[in-house]
Amino acid sequence: MLEVRNLGVWFGERQVVAVDALDLDRGQMLGIVGETGSGKSMTAYAIAGLAPGMGARVEGSVKLEGRELLGLSDHELRDVRGRQIAMIFQAPISSLNPVFRVGDMFLRALRLHGASKPRARERAAAAMRSVALSPDLLRRYPHQLSGGQAQRVAIALAVALRAEVLIADEPTSALDVTVQAEILEVLQKLRSEESLAALFISHDLAVVSGICDTVAIMHDGKIVERGPVGRTLRHPEHPYTRELLAAVPRLNRPEAPGA
Amino acid sequence: MIRYAGERLALGVLVVVGVVVLTFLIARVIPGDPAVTYAGPRASKAQLEHTRRQLGLDKPVVVQLGDYLKGIATGDWGSSYRTKRPVLSDLRTALPASIELVTAGLLLALLVGLPLGLVSARFHGELPDFLVRIVSVIGVSMPVFWAALILQLVFAQRLGWLPAAGEYDPNLYYSSPLTSYVQMPAVDALITGNLPVLESSISHLILPAAVVALYPAGLLARMVRASVLDTLGESHIRMTRSLGFGDRAIFGRWALRPAMNPVVQVTALVFAYSLANTFLVEAVFDWPGLGSYAANSLQALDTPAIVGVTLIVAIVYVVLNLLVDIAQAAIDPRIRLR
Amino acid sequence: MTAVGIGRVVPRRGFARRNPTLVAGVVLLGLIVLVALMAPWLAPDPADAGTATHPFRVLAGPSSAHPFGTDLVGRDLLTRVMYGARISLRLVVEVLVIAGLVGIPLGLAAGYFGGHVDQVIMRITDVFLAFPALLLSLAIAFVLTPSVTNMTIAIAVTWWPWYTRLVRGEAASVATRPYIESCRTLGVSPIRILLRHVLPNSITPVLVQMSMDAGGILLTAASISFLGLGAQDPTPEWGLIVSQGAQYFSTQWWFVTFAGLAILFTAIAFNLIGDGVRELLDPRRVISR
Repeated sequence: MLEVRNLGVWFGERQVVAVDALDLDRGQMLGIVGETGSGKSMTAYAIAGLAPGMGARVEGSVKLEGRELLGLSDHELRDVRGRQIAMIFQAPISSLNPVFRVGDMFLRALRLHGASKPRARERAAAAMRSVALSPDLLRRYPHQLSGGQAQRVAIALAVALRAEVLIADEPTSALDVTVQAEILEVLQKLRSEESLAALFISHDLAVVSGICDTVAIMHDGKIVERGPVGRTLRHPEHPYTRELLAAVPRLNRPEAPGA
Repeated sequence: MIRYAGERLALGVLVVVGVVVLTFLIARVIPGDPAVTYAGPRASKAQLEHTRRQLGLDKPVVVQLGDYLKGIATGDWGSSYRTKRPVLSDLRTALPASIELVTAGLLLALLVGLPLGLVSARFHGELPDFLVRIVSVIGVSMPVFWAALILQLVFAQRLGWLPAAGEYDPNLYYSSPLTSYVQMPAVDALITGNLPVLESSISHLILPAAVVALYPAGLLARMVRASVLDTLGESHIRMTRSLGFGDRAIFGRWALRPAMNPVVQVTALVFAYSLANTFLVEAVFDWPGLGSYAANSLQALDTPAIVGVTLIVAIVYVVLNLLVDIAQAAIDPRIRLR
Repeated sequence: MTAVGIGRVVPRRGFARRNPTLVAGVVLLGLIVLVALMAPWLAPDPADAGTATHPFRVLAGPSSAHPFGTDLVGRDLLTRVMYGARISLRLVVEVLVIAGLVGIPLGLAAGYFGGHVDQVIMRITDVFLAFPALLLSLAIAFVLTPSVTNMTIAIAVTWWPWYTRLVRGEAASVATRPYIESCRTLGVSPIRILLRHVLPNSITPVLVQMSMDAGGILLTAASISFLGLGAQDPTPEWGLIVSQGAQYFSTQWWFVTFAGLAILFTAIAFNLIGDGVRELLDPRRVISR
């Protein structure tokens, strides 16, 4: 469904992303793992079409359902964003506009993409319920929500907009472990119920191994290894992957993988 | 919210009291004899003595202060040594004139400064930004009295487009007398439908208001630019873009509202600042406002008047700050809970 | 789509290219300082900065002998404007120094000790801040008898509260930091803590603010002199010159114009520097290419 080929992202002269190929199918959760600076976030922004707005230059091909996204006019891209590709970010509360009620964002975003007012309200309420939140929370301001609630609101936005692809940029990194689990549960549910396809970007191997089916390891802007999550993490081929795995502190595993 | 406003109000009252005490003490230090001003330079010694007792100048300073504070609270702000009228009634005519001027100036500044700031932020790094920045630096650096003189020379004297001084054409006192409700000619004319005076007062307002607007417009343009750019860098804007909103929506709503917080604060501060600085503009344009009244009072060593002016400006400051705090809390819900 | 979101991309090399505002301001101010310093040698008629009068060339227009014209007693205006630079620059520095010396320690004390000390200092500060600055300066200048020195004091008195408030905020947050705690438990004396730890960490916003205030101080001083409560004749202060020339403005335009331009350009220089300093010390909005 999502095909990325030869994606390059530059800041001035410096190339930060050089991804040869990336594929995502309906209902698939692809994890992109790497350390800070590996280019994983920029890859996500480039796919979502947000990169030029950050001063970056993008080349290559990103096809969603066969339609080429790079090179679309800003106007056309705005249709894609939200409706087809939705994003959630780290630090969920800061991702929501602090001076507007949460429900306002829902309504305006939905109406931007063509829903009528009453339909928008219904869809917002339904979306909130699907992430296990009460629609009453829509009346609140972002700072009145907990981190977990805010992140679920962000996910609900994607659901309400009926996005096909969800790009999650470190969605749980700023949250407590227990809250993390809640979020992951919600994502799992959406994957099985709505066939949501997701790109899950993280530096946390444990989280990725828990929820994704495939994983791609990034280093220095390139994908150095990819494959089903179980196999890749148990039998890594690339030396970098091995380093990454070795660096993860283990609590009570007698044998280190790939050693 | 109510409690927040209440706290701020109580604090404000405290500050105003402090201001009154300080001003009173300063006024007492001014060299010169108020009795002479009141009685006139030809008064005999006996008359001066009498005047002094009449004005309560023979009592100890602390007692005078106490009397004064009592008076303020009950609405008796003393009588001006110079005009012989109650200070409060002097202020009642002077203050609205200044407020009219400053409000007109600020409206102009907002009308010019806000859009310029937005344009500057939208095209930041490009030519429009550069131009706006130059213009705003000039606006902020311009000596007010000099600008007033130049504008007066160019537009009033050389080009003859606009009147040079005063609130409105004095001939109209007779041909189209104005009934005063709020002591502001333009507003009164509007209320009473007095078109000739309305037209005249507006055309008299233009030049002085433009001078008053110079600094605030420049400041606002810069502030709006900085604030909008800051807001644009925040993560929620990224989220907003990812939802599919474009530049117009972002600059028009999503970035604008959060960015307005510091702008509101600056606007109120600037209002207060301009109110106190109308001295310079009023001097050049012969505007019968607070500034002229204060200048005359200072020269005449008119203590009650000086204290009265300072007090009224302090009160205005406090009220304005209160309004700003409340407005901020209304715009940014995070502040209410602090 | 505009390139906003992370920050502006700036050239890596060349301090001047990265901070054009600051450099422009410094260059402009440098020129003015140079003129001020060299005035005794550069000015055509140094005596005209004082009490000299030349009845035969009163109110003469700009010419090669007098590029800025002459004033109402025939003094060369170019000379007076140049000497005026010395007065203005010195005044701005003095005000900043005095206001800083008073305001910063008070702010440090208020922020660090908190409690009653804080309340008392902040109430006093609030009262001063509730006064319209110009009015207060005028009143003080009046009481002290108008002169450049007294004007300097008057302005400094109205300015210090801003720095106190600013420093207090910074000091208060620094005071809560763990390493200050450990200093206290180790028994380091408060003065030492204040001077060696709290001060250096609280001072940056004040320095930035000072660089932004310089322009305002200049304009305030010129305004006070314009109203007659600051510099007195024969002192060649710019604001005073403008007020002297005001009544002749419609016919002898040069009297007012050049002095006013001097104020304008100096204020612009100060403001550019202030802006530049602020940009320089705000790393958040810059990424280098």
